Amino acid sequence: MSHQKLNLTLKVWRQINAESRGTFEEYKVAVSPDSSFLEMLDDINNELERKNLEPITFESDCREGICGTCGLVINGQPHGPIPRIATCQLHMRNFKEGDTIYIEPFRAKAFPIIKDLMVDRSAMDRIMEAGGFISVNTGSVPDGNAIPIPKDIASESMDAASCIGCGACVAACKNASAMLFVSAKVSQFALLPQGQPERYRRVESMVKVMDEYGFGSCSNTYACEAECPKGISIKNIARMNRDYFMAKLKTENLEA
Amino acid sequence: MIKLDSKVPEGKLEEKWTNHKFNMKLVNPANKRKYDIIVVGTGLAGASAAASLGELGYNVKAFTFHDSARRAHSIAAQGGINAAKNYQNDGDSVYRLFYDTVKGGDFRSREANVYRLAEVSNNIIDQCVAQGVPFARDYGGLLDNRSFGGALVSRTFYAKGQTGQQLLLGAYTAMNRQVNLGTVKLYTRREMLDVVVVDGIAKGIVVRNMLTGEIEKYSAHAVILATGGYANTYFLSTSAMNCNVTAIWRAHKKGAAFANPCFTQIHPTCLPVHGENQSKLTLMSESLRNDGRIWVSKIKNDMRKPNDIPEEERDYFLERKYPTYGNLSPRDISSRAAKEAYDDGRGAQGQEAVYLDFQEAINRLGKKVIEERYGNLFEIYQTITGDNPYEVPMKIYPAPHYTMGGLWVDYNLMSTIPGLFVAGEANFSDHGANRLGASALMQGLADGYFIIPYTIGNYLAGDKPILVQTDHPEFNKVQKEIEDFISKLLSIKGKKTVDDFHKQLGRIMWNKVGMGRNEKGLKEAIEEIRQLRKEFWKDVNVVGVSNDVNQCLERAGRVADYLELGELMALDALNRNESCGGHFREEYQTPEGEALRNDEEYTFVSAWEFKDVGKWELNKEPLEFESIKLATRSYK
Repeated sequence: MSHQKLNLTLKVWRQINAESRGTFEEYKVAVSPDSSFLEMLDDINNELERKNLEPITFESDCREGICGTCGLVINGQPHGPIPRIATCQLHMRNFKEGDTIYIEPFRAKAFPIIKDLMVDRSAMDRIMEAGGFISVNTGSVPDGNAIPIPKDIASESMDAASCIGCGACVAACKNASAMLFVSAKVSQFALLPQGQPERYRRVESMVKVMDEYGFGSCSNTYACEAECPKGISIKNIARMNRDYFMAKLKTENLEA
Repeated sequence: MIKLDSKVPEGKLEEKWTNHKFNMKLVNPANKRKYDIIVVGTGLAGASAAASLGELGYNVKAFTFHDSARRAHSIAAQGGINAAKNYQNDGDSVYRLFYDTVKGGDFRSREANVYRLAEVSNNIIDQCVAQGVPFARDYGGLLDNRSFGGALVSRTFYAKGQTGQQLLLGAYTAMNRQVNLGTVKLYTRREMLDVVVVDGIAKGIVVRNMLTGEIEKYSAHAVILATGGYANTYFLSTSAMNCNVTAIWRAHKKGAAFANPCFTQIHPTCLPVHGENQSKLTLMSESLRNDGRIWVSKIKNDMRKPNDIPEEERDYFLERKYPTYGNLSPRDISSRAAKEAYDDGRGAQGQEAVYLDFQEAINRLGKKVIEERYGNLFEIYQTITGDNPYEVPMKIYPAPHYTMGGLWVDYNLMSTIPGLFVAGEANFSDHGANRLGASALMQGLADGYFIIPYTIGNYLAGDKPILVQTDHPEFNKVQKEIEDFISKLLSIKGKKTVDDFHKQLGRIMWNKVGMGRNEKGLKEAIEEIRQLRKEFWKDVNVVGVSNDVNQCLERAGRVADYLELGELMALDALNRNESCGGHFREEYQTPEGEALRNDEEYTFVSAWEFKDVGKWELNKEPLEFESIKLATRSYK
């Protein structure tokens, strides 16, 4: 453990509410390299509160990189410079003495800013509600071992299912597309035997709501995969596109 | 005095739940939509209850303070979920899971509840598989298992190191399906601030809309609290930043008895504290103890790097003290052993830490196997500490993790307020004085999927509660109380921050109501907490206004509640003159330093009744053991 503190300049996005114009405010800090990025913000907030000034509104919860609540754009990158971690797992030892750090909210048309660094990502839940499930009631299900599932299929499904729903893929995409997020859920179920009965209906419903909320299209820049804290593969997008195409071929809902 | 009727059904242990289900009253399917049920919290217990009740046709209103139901802290559980499937043919059974859980809880839980938990454990696995939870499988395509502390069988199902995430997403998707069908209405970013009790019966809740600050009222025929535990009383714990006791604490102040508040679990394998501004502690899954060996140097104040300490100078203290269970000894015992080593001056490089070493397992199984089993946990460790656990032993230390105590509930999971049900970690029901690993997920889902959906029907059909409208004077009164409480917090304008108070409380709790407790320390703690509480109400500075997003105000309300609960935890610990499970009173130990129970006088549940701030009355629910003989818990 190092005891030498880092002196940093932070430029933090402050915005009173969705309607107001935001601006960067500057804060000078001295922080331990063992501190996490969010602990540094906690410190600033405590200092602000001591001066009776409004603390910076930002969201976080588990601080273990799994709940998906936190999400900041740090020097232009969602979740900061280290690949495959969430903002809460970023530690200050990854910065250098004298660095200037820009901190912004996730920006997307479908993610309106609520206050400072806090955004509204509820559109993602609306997509999930549209079809991101297997229709099975509690009770009356077969034994867990009734259907053997090959290990590699189960693992691939698990990899897709490990999405934490943080929205970094949307924030990273120049089109603010949610394809990686949606395809992760579509893939998890499309790979498993349990997911087959609703496979095509599911993808159709979810994509429809995704489009309604103003998420953009995928233009294959792969920024989402690069910034995803769980390393969700863009292969899932390919799988979703294929399923969506199949769904449109099979659909009963004919569009004139 | 509250009358504590556990309502445990008559009959043989194995038949109680089956008979009870048959004897319970049913609600006519056509009438179910006429009943409103409020579910607070959307973690494993809350989401599974909301989904199941919605499927049955009830009109469900689900509340969460998160922006999305998927963020509840159940998501962070890593290791796994227990079930008595006996897929491994290693001698497991419902009875063994029941026995292990009662023994693991140091004989301070209710037999009938625990048996039911073991009984429904198998249904949970089937349910989750059907929902598309991608559990780990072996090469034959069947479900895989691993071992966990406190058991000699392999009964833990897992999905990588993200089992809680996958189970929660399963419950969340099941609930989303009901949201889509219109049986569940989801209210996000609402923090429950009080329960409304009319003529002694729970009739609804009052919440704060965290975006607008508006105080909103919701009524229902029954209310379920599934709001988690209170480990954040310690400030530093493995709980998420926003986990809090407010919902159950406010219900407690409205008449719900609080059971066994001193039964808190200190988890042995967490990352050590790095400094003063640390905001929370990170857990490393207990599953690591399957292959990791825990040790410290035999020499005091040994500042050598771990890899420079030769094999013969290492003390594998769990293997030495508990040869049968070794590194898989239960959590309370492993945590205390680590503290003992540190107190003896043998902490890792002088720190409050011990080593968790994988070298032997890597040599035996190869790096690839270890990577497959624990890869993501190793990554987390390296991200946080900067050390590579494939090469250098991990440093770990115990941290507050789970609270076995919670609101008192009867066999139907109803609190002492009729119509108010409590599920998951928020109740006290199944873990006694210590919870075994991989049992929290099991209990949360058992309560939500398989118990409350039955028992709530019995309440609705039997008691026929009447819906009270939200313009009822009692709703308005509670709303006014909450508004006054918020105005008061905002008007203090003192000099200290909310975190300052929380950290100070946390230090008192960790030092005096933590892993080792004694009469003198507990009495001091009570005095210090009272003093701190007074100071809080004079000198805290809550910045901002009420009708806006205000995280400072949110935290202030929660800390105000911890400052009351902390005292009750200390009082309960002081009252319980024995050592059991996570509650270790230094005065009561065997010559070898093991916990010494006092079954004669303390085989009961402490159910505290709120009289006034700092004043409680103790009610006791005697525990009867009919199937299991009380025995000294030995893992040697």
